[in-house]
Formats: sequence, C-alpha cells, structure tokens
Amino acid sequence: MDSALILEWVIKSAILIFVLLTGFAYLTLFERRALARIQVRIGPNRAGPFGLLQPVADGLKLIFKEELTPAEADKVLFTLAPVVTVVPALILAAVIPWGRDVTLFGRQVSLSVADLNVGVLYIMAVSSIAVYGIVLAGWSSNNKYALLGGLRSSAQMISYELALGLAFVPAILLADSMRMVDIVEAQHPWWFVVIQPVGTAIFLIATLAEVNRAPFDMPEAEQELTAGYHTEYSGMKFALFFMAEYAKMIVISSIAATLFFGGYLGPGVDRYPWLGPLYLFIKIVILLFGMIWLRATFPRIRYDRLMAFGWKVLLPLALAVTFITALGIVLEMLWLIPVLSLAAGLFTVAMVHRALRRKAYARA
Amino acid sequence: MLLQYIAIAILIFLSTALAGLVIVLGELFGPRVKTNVKSMPYESGMTPIGPGTRRMPVRFYLIAMLFILFDIEIIFLLPWAVVFRKLGVFGLVEMLIFILILLVGYLYAWKKGALEWE
Repeated sequence: MDSALILEWVIKSAILIFVLLTGFAYLTLFERRALARIQVRIGPNRAGPFGLLQPVADGLKLIFKEELTPAEADKVLFTLAPVVTVVPALILAAVIPWGRDVTLFGRQVSLSVADLNVGVLYIMAVSSIAVYGIVLAGWSSNNKYALLGGLRSSAQMISYELALGLAFVPAILLADSMRMVDIVEAQHPWWFVVIQPVGTAIFLIATLAEVNRAPFDMPEAEQELTAGYHTEYSGMKFALFFMAEYAKMIVISSIAATLFFGGYLGPGVDRYPWLGPLYLFIKIVILLFGMIWLRATFPRIRYDRLMAFGWKVLLPLALAVTFITALGIVLEMLWLIPVLSLAAGLFTVAMVHRALRRKAYARA
Repeated sequence: MLLQYIAIAILIFLSTALAGLVIVLGELFGPRVKTNVKSMPYESGMTPIGPGTRRMPVRFYLIAMLFILFDIEIIFLLPWAVVFRKLGVFGLVEMLIFILILLVGYLYAWKKGALEWE
C-alpha cells in the first residue's frame, strides 16, 4: 500500500460526495420543474437562467434560518439523528462502478470508490442503517406526530426491505457473483431486466418504499402527521434530512441501473470506455424521472394496505421469482425465466384485483 | 481485497465531516431567539396534552420480529445464490426444502392474523 493509493481513495471519495451533493441540489430543482410541468404550472424559473440558481438560493436561505430545538427533546440524539440519516445515504454509493478501469496519470484507476467482492451485501447492510436515523429523529423530538412518523417509517422500511433483499437474489444468481462489476459484465448480451422483468419491478417498487417516496410516503403524510419524523427540524438539520432523501433516491436509482439495466454498458462502450459513466448517468436520470412521474400520478396508499402489500404480495412473489430464476438456470433454459415469472406476476395482479373487488362488494 | 475497506472508511469519515460541517454552519449563522412558545412541541398550533413519547402499538414489535425471521432467510439465500451453479440440482432442491419450511411459518403467521393491520 502506497500513499498514492490513499490519495486516490481520498480524491475518489471527495468526487463521489461532491457529485451526490450537486445531484441532490439539482434533483430538487428537476423535481419541482417536472412536477410543475405535469400540473400545468411553470415552476421556479426566477433565480438565474431557467431557475438554475434556485438550489443555491434555497441553501443560503436555510443557512440563515433559526434552528429550533424543542425544550423537552433529547438534545444529543436530536442533533445526531440527521447525521445518522445522511451518512449511510452518501456511503451507499461507494460500490457502484461508473465504468471499466481507465488509465489516468499512468495508473490503473477503477471507477468506483471500493470494489468489494460482497458489493450487494454491502448495499443491503448500509441501506438498513438509515432506519436508525429516522427512528431516532422521531423519538428524540418528543412530539407525537414525529414519533408516529418514525414508527410508521421503520415498520414500512423493514417490511419492504425483505422484498428488496429478495430482489437482489435473481441478479446474483444470473451473474454468479456479488461483485457489482461482475454483475454488470454478466449483462452483456441481455440486460437482467429482459431476463427477469418481474424481479426488476419488485426491486423498483420496494426501493420507492425504502426511500419513502410517493405513493409510499406514509411517514411524511402531510395531512395527518404534519411532516412525520422531521416535524421539529428546521434550518440546516432539516436540510440534512432532505439531502439524505434525495441522495438516497439518486443512489438507489444507480443501484437499480447497475443491477438490472446494464449499468455502464451501452453501444460503443467497448471501444470508448469513457462512454460508460455517460450511459449510467442517462439511465439514472430516466429512473429518477420515473420516480417523479409516479409521485405526480399516484395517490398515497393507506397504511394497512401498504403493509399488506409488502407482506402478502411482494414477499411471496419475490420468493417465487427467486425460485423460478434458479429453476431456469438449472434447466439451462434462460427463456423460461421471463415467461414463468411474467406468468407469476400476472397471477399475482389478478389475485390482488380479486381481493380488492371482494372487499368492495363486502362494503357495498 | 480487504484494503478496499479503507476506502470506505475514508468515505465514511469525509461524509461525517461534511454532515458535521453543515450542522455547524447552521449553528453559526442562524439566529437564536428562544421563547417558551417556540420551544413547545409543534402540534399545528394546539397546546400539547400529555407527554410526547407514549406507549406504542404492539403491532410494530410483531412486524420487527417477523422481519428478523425473514431477513435471516434472505441472508442465507445470498451465499447460496453465489455458488448456485456449482451446486446444481442439489442446491435447488435443498433451497426448496428450506423455503418450504419457512413458508409453513409464514402461512401460520398469516392465518394467525399477524400480518393484518386493523
């Protein structure tokens, strides 16, 4: 180990954090503009050209805001909770490969902060830590709304984490490895979204619940809980929660892109390795726009239905999909996997439809 | 390969430092005018009744216990998935039995109403 290696890691870490912070700032603008367009408004366009300086203005405003700490709050945990929330969101991106190795200044540089052989396990472990921050924030505020928001959030996140964890398994099965680079390279002729479309759908739904986005944003349901776990937060501490949520959106989109949508692969990437980061960026933006679109389209799901959906629909379906993937690999008939899993998915949708219709009859 | 974890340690250090810096910035530049009304818990303008932290429904504990059960199952599935091609049919049958045993517990929890949220 030489000092150049440490310098490389520090530079890569700093670049990663900088990219995530810039991404967070402009994702808030992108979301506001996109939502406004969907609702036939214009959205923020005053600060700078096309409103491009809006995130800067928001940040400056928040710095000069008063920070309130409720009198009966647990002061230490109250300050610690935003930090505990934001750090996992930032370090989650460490294992995502942005491209093949490149040669820079005569050194072989891999385009990810850490190339772990247990990358998927790392993602599962780190994404679970974020629950702590939210529970601590809800509990230490000494506010009923915040406590309820924190509890709901933790129950929701751990419930959907099961489906999320199971959705990783088909990708590992198909790639034969937990290393992110191996998973990307295994998608060379066919992206995993083609081989395992239902697994991808489960992953995308579960990630929405993991980052507490609409239609699964029960912890922050404004109409009933004011703002959920961050009701009592203001100023830069509130900004940290916001940063965590949006950074996590970006990171989880990049994980989805890496596991199922071919990561940095794309036409011409073999000849020009520098196209890799660009392809990954485009895929992330498309997935992020999907998330915003979903927020604009779907109403919030009631909490009991949300939990029932996670436990009774997503979990069994994810188990079935895992088994189907393994079966297809053993029989060496890869075409069997999409056919059988789509059939399982359609069957599940039909069962949910039937259950909902029966409930509607019972009520009428 | 273990060296890679130093990179993650560096990243954790940098991001913690950043979060600390952000909090310090807010403390430095934000005004602090304390009043009694301001430091009350926010309940949409109503005066709060009773303590803020109270007993929580037992449902949440139940969900947490079920989560641990099934999360361990998933943790077993991950290494199995890595070596699956070497195990072949044996691995498939073995995992099928494992999943079936857990499925019995899952159905039991469902029938007992542990997954209902009324």
